[in-house]
Amino acid sequence: MRFGVVVFPGSNCDYDCFYALRDVLGQDVVFLWHKNTDLQGCDCIILPGGFSYGDYLRTGAIARFSPIMEAVRDFVLQGGLVLGICNGFQILLESGLLPGALLPNRNGRFICRYVYLRVENANTPFTCLCTPGEILRIPIAHYQGNFFLPQDELGILTERGQVVFRYCGPQGEVSEAYNPNGSVGNVAGIASSDFRVMGMMPHPERACEEILGSVDGRKIFLSIVAWLEEKRYAGCGS
Amino acid sequence: MKYCGKVVVTLKPGVFDPQGMTIKNALHTLSYQEVEEVETGKYFRIILKAVTKEEAERRVQEMCERLLANPVIERYTFEVEEFR
Repeated sequence: MRFGVVVFPGSNCDYDCFYALRDVLGQDVVFLWHKNTDLQGCDCIILPGGFSYGDYLRTGAIARFSPIMEAVRDFVLQGGLVLGICNGFQILLESGLLPGALLPNRNGRFICRYVYLRVENANTPFTCLCTPGEILRIPIAHYQGNFFLPQDELGILTERGQVVFRYCGPQGEVSEAYNPNGSVGNVAGIASSDFRVMGMMPHPERACEEILGSVDGRKIFLSIVAWLEEKRYAGCGS
Repeated sequence: MKYCGKVVVTLKPGVFDPQGMTIKNALHTLSYQEVEEVETGKYFRIILKAVTKEEAERRVQEMCERLLANPVIERYTFEVEEFR
């Protein structure tokens, strides 16, 4: 099982992801330079947070044309797992691999703090170790995390279970009071219709050690590991 | 022949524009109480080679759709004229 962390010019959470996966969780992980198109046999690709291409034009708008994104697109078509975190989420939206867009935060400011997330769908490769409705405490750090999708499209997304995380209160209350950035329906993370691609604004890689205040982020990475392992065993049996 | 394309990209109606809101508040602070609305956007000036004006327009429109605007949240207008 191997993770690949894509490095764009301006990525700055790439080492955090690499460290969380290798040093904290003991996984095989490699960096993938954005100009390469070889995914080195990775089972899961992570698009990390940061400011790819300086956020020029729109966040993620230029990164989507990096050579590696062609390979990532093919990887998705073959059913590979892709997780976009923060700027990685923005890149997935600009690439059209996930629906919607991210606008500047409602209050016009950069927000960096812990938030609570409610797991809306625990039946995805990224949340299979969570229980439905479980509350995770994971930090956000962004200026443009205000998820936008026209209401009718959001309804379809919700119906299909593609809304994976919502911002909530400590008891799981989903309300405007616990919406940090103005996202429609408190949406914090969504998945593609086949659940192989997920994007989220909160940073699970920053919540993998007690000393950092939470280990809830581990659940997301370990879900991926558990899901891939199960898939491998299923593959052996058939 | 050279042409100059001027593109303006703005947010679609109903898409929240915190910069516009902040600038409106600043104008009110400067006592421009008559200001009712401020919309922010992006401006691009593109010099390009093309055989005809129609070709230049077609290319600029393509650029808007593929890169300059995000159709989920933005709309664009442009004009093309001869560049000398």
